[in-house]
Amino acid sequence: MSTSKVEQAGGAGYRWVDDRLPAAKYLKKQLGKVFPDHWSFMLGEIALYSFIILLLSGTFLSLWFKPSMLEVVYDGSYLPLNGVKMSEAFASTLDISFDIRGGLLMRQIHHWAALFFVAAISVHLLRVFFTGAFRKPRETNWIIGVGLLTLALLEGFAGYSLPDDLLSGTGLRIAQGIMLSLPVVGTYMSFFVFGGEFPGTDFIPRLYTVHVLLVPGIILALITVHLMLVWFQKHTQFPGMGRTERNVVGYPLFPVYTAKAGGFFFVVFGVTAFMGGLFQINPIWLYGPYIPDQITAGAQPDWYIGWLEGALRLMPNIEIVLFGQWNLSLNVLFPAVILPGIIFTLMALYPFIEQWATGDKSSHHLLDRPRNAPTRTALGAMGLSFYLLLWTQGGNDLIASTFDVNVFVITWFMRFAIFIVPPLVFVITKRICFGLQRRDRDKLLHGYESGVIKRLPSGKYYEQHQPIGDEERAVILARHEAPQPLPIPAKHDANGIKQKGYAIKLLQAKLSHFFYDERLPIPTAAEIEEANHHEAEITADRDHEIDDARTKAFAPHE
Amino acid sequence: MTIEPHGANDLPEHKPRRADVDPRAAKRAERQVGFMFLASGLASAAFIVAYIATPIDDTIPLPGFGTTNASNLFLGISMGLALFLIGAAAIHWAKKLMPDVEIIQERSAESSPDDERGALLDEYRRGVDESTVKRRPFILGSMVAALGLAGLPAIVLLRDLGPLPGTVLRETMWEPGMHILIAETQQKIRPEDMEVGTLVSAVPEGIELVMEEEGNLNALAKAAVMLIRMDPNEIVADQTPEGQEPWTYQGIMCYSKICTHVGCPLGLYEQLTHHMLCPCHQSTFDLADAGNVIFGPAARSLPQLAITVDEDGYLVAREGFAEPVGPSFWERG
Amino acid sequence: MTFLLARRRSPWATALLLLLALVAVGGIYAAASGSTQAEATAPTASTTMIEEGRELFLEGCSSCHGLNADGGYQSDGTVAGPSLIGVGAASVDFQVSTGRMPLAAPGAQAKAKPPIFNEEETAALAAYIGSLAPGPEIPSPDLYDTTGISPEELALGGQLFRANCASCHGASGKGGALTDGKYAPTLANAVPRNIYQAMLIGPQNMPNFPDTTLRPEDKRAIIGYIEAIRESPNNGGVDAGRLGPVTEGIVLWLLGLGALISVAIWIGVKAK
Repeated sequence: MSTSKVEQAGGAGYRWVDDRLPAAKYLKKQLGKVFPDHWSFMLGEIALYSFIILLLSGTFLSLWFKPSMLEVVYDGSYLPLNGVKMSEAFASTLDISFDIRGGLLMRQIHHWAALFFVAAISVHLLRVFFTGAFRKPRETNWIIGVGLLTLALLEGFAGYSLPDDLLSGTGLRIAQGIMLSLPVVGTYMSFFVFGGEFPGTDFIPRLYTVHVLLVPGIILALITVHLMLVWFQKHTQFPGMGRTERNVVGYPLFPVYTAKAGGFFFVVFGVTAFMGGLFQINPIWLYGPYIPDQITAGAQPDWYIGWLEGALRLMPNIEIVLFGQWNLSLNVLFPAVILPGIIFTLMALYPFIEQWATGDKSSHHLLDRPRNAPTRTALGAMGLSFYLLLWTQGGNDLIASTFDVNVFVITWFMRFAIFIVPPLVFVITKRICFGLQRRDRDKLLHGYESGVIKRLPSGKYYEQHQPIGDEERAVILARHEAPQPLPIPAKHDANGIKQKGYAIKLLQAKLSHFFYDERLPIPTAAEIEEANHHEAEITADRDHEIDDARTKAFAPHE
Repeated sequence: MTIEPHGANDLPEHKPRRADVDPRAAKRAERQVGFMFLASGLASAAFIVAYIATPIDDTIPLPGFGTTNASNLFLGISMGLALFLIGAAAIHWAKKLMPDVEIIQERSAESSPDDERGALLDEYRRGVDESTVKRRPFILGSMVAALGLAGLPAIVLLRDLGPLPGTVLRETMWEPGMHILIAETQQKIRPEDMEVGTLVSAVPEGIELVMEEEGNLNALAKAAVMLIRMDPNEIVADQTPEGQEPWTYQGIMCYSKICTHVGCPLGLYEQLTHHMLCPCHQSTFDLADAGNVIFGPAARSLPQLAITVDEDGYLVAREGFAEPVGPSFWERG
Repeated sequence: MTFLLARRRSPWATALLLLLALVAVGGIYAAASGSTQAEATAPTASTTMIEEGRELFLEGCSSCHGLNADGGYQSDGTVAGPSLIGVGAASVDFQVSTGRMPLAAPGAQAKAKPPIFNEEETAALAAYIGSLAPGPEIPSPDLYDTTGISPEELALGGQLFRANCASCHGASGKGGALTDGKYAPTLANAVPRNIYQAMLIGPQNMPNFPDTTLRPEDKRAIIGYIEAIRESPNNGGVDAGRLGPVTEGIVLWLLGLGALISVAIWIGVKAK
């Protein structure tokens, strides 16, 4: 068979490159690089592709959008706003929506893609957390991921604020109010950022630079590092037959993953385009231009800021005046600055906290099944429930008006629930994890319940157990034995002298107990062997009994 | 079959796909992939047709969902199809026709061998030695200082981003004798224009001029107020300080429209309960009781503006606000 | 409003209709059909009407509002129904024609429901209460008829709507929550006469906007704007209730991410 045109063209192009940049040896290895296959490994890809869509659609929008707060009188196609005074930013957004073909589509694609971007990062982060993919050697990539999430929130909020409609202006007003609550520097910061008082005329041009250059630039750089690390450290994989800590099982980059991942990019773009064509998002013409004394009921941020909005709504009104002259607005500072600060810091440091508490210094390439790390899974579920409560609270007015509930009652309910529900979720999740572990253990030892009910000649019924398959065995067995928790250190050494660093050691030991106090041992090979043998014997006995009876029943009468 | 402690064993047996064993199935898959690529091409063409042929203001019914813009709908659907079909075709191709036998690849060692690490460390030490930095600490010290100081100009450069706050957050446009105008229509108001239960969004007289001169909306963001009238018998208290003439005029009260929480404008007034709700975070103020907070995250009462009437009977401010309006700030006290 | 509603039917409409019927299966929001409340003409109060209204009042309203419409008290001394002396015919017409009165059940506020009294009965009741003391009259149709409203008036109406109404009823008129279980109702089905009356009298907890602070032409402009956005197409597509970012977020998670994760699962499953 002669070489096809595809091969010829590829070869010629490659030779041109290699004459200048000899990379044959390196590239050969990369083309055959193996990636494991699992749907949950595509979640990060959704985020990556959404970002590319954002760059493309954003560039289109920037061709017409005028980031200016200068006042103009609108005279475009949307009649109900004709003759109304508004900023150039808002007017140009109306132009994009009504007077430029495909403009509304691109605006909507851009907005939907932004929502996708943050949503995909969030579910990707959850997947990485619950499967323990952040463990050594991937702690750095986890931190980069948390950084990307933070930047995505910032970038999204900046984009939401740019059109200068009533909702975006209200959002900015809240952001400025939060800035003012910062101790000592708040007022100065607000004046520097806004170029004076709120709203001024400097802010939108400044925000535009941040939105189209600064933050996307940093995001792009971090994504590059994020992907390079994935590349060099190789992807983690779920346990299964043939999969170990030392190998990767899957399909080669070229052609299988080129087609699958490349195809998925088009799928994500296609779905985003469908949504842009079919589902209206952010109809700014209904909201009208931002005017500082106007407001709309149901003023809401995009979904990813909802939890912060909820935290602000939840917080009781605590404001302290220090020494009669300094105003500490904890009612704003705590939910909008301190709380997210704590949450993001804890999130970023989690891999190190877990490592420190468990003393686990080894590398992990096989993912944990969430049930096999009950404390981590329960912590994650607890955090998630905390987030979901705040998120729900962020839409409490809409819940109230849609379902005819008292909005004050919702807030009061949430004020208690935020302390009661997450611990409950922790306990319940942990119990479920151990329950699942126990079921796994039973399956290993006694096989699964086959659903075949048999009756013994004695009249007794029993369900036949079948040994589980090799794949399932491999999955269940692929887990590390949970270690013994660290011993609680003695306060004084043998000579009665107080130990150095006692408090820290105690904390570490306590954390270790928190993680590992309760453990369910993996059955040993001997135990499995023995149990299987026992199970087989019982089955054989019963079968024998049945056969006997049958033989007797059908035997010719003498 | 025994299983190695942590799951390693041979891969599960590969089950051939239909397309692997049946040439007709393979042919069918090939046609499906090709058809999807072709359909995508058609959708791209449809996009161009829709772009040219659909007037931008054409509307079209969306069954069950009102009407929508035809251009947006056609462009979105054709673009979505064009892209989605490329993706679906590529994935289908990979799944059906490209090899699906899993490959095992060994992970390379995670860390460098000890001798290489040692060699690197030696190289580093050699460099440090050759730089003479250890023998000449003055160079190191002055360099660190220089690098640190070189960052400062970058921060100083940002100084002109905005003016210093000064006292402007404490001041609004309101001055004694200033007429209270209805927002948007800019009419003056007489007390008799308002009935019990009337709500008026209002601004100080001349605000349009000020905003035009300053070229921004800053004045409005602070000076916006609302007038409400209630039955004087229902007023529990207002903010009139001891010994002063009442700030409320014949049951008409004037409050700042800017929430004391984070500054959203208010306006959700319930005339029977006299509650004023902020839609952003649900701070609720009782306007019949000196604008005190009865629910939500706001900590301070809504500032009240003292009002009276001028000689022609129009409502005017008797003085400016006695305290800063809007959200708290550190220096507010 | 004709310039807004110039929905020229495109030749693609039928084909698209079929396509969308498929796409829209499982759609999240079915627009509530607009109510077809008939417009009542302003009645001229005759003595027979007043008498008829009094009969109806005694039968249907007096148990709460008192036999003489001067307010009624419950046995424990709390107000059962406020005095209606001086509330005017407009107030009665608003409350009764929107079905808010007679009250179905006690609650944070009276809810709109299909009216209990028919047009003539409502007019009679209004005439009776209107005859007790002077109060706001039922507005005449030319005050709220927005036919031929100019673009300038429409723009003004929008500005006034955002300044005075949007804070409670929302920028797209979909209503919103108030304190303690109360709410501002949606304007989706409100007829112009009732909108006009509501601004004039401030029913229940709504503040009032008398002609002195919101001129009749302002009120008409606001009504024009409400009608305009109500009838305006959703240029971007299915509107998820015009409720803003919260419903958009729900669409994203359920439909958008749902679709993408389905594809991801498809990619991950081995072909047969």
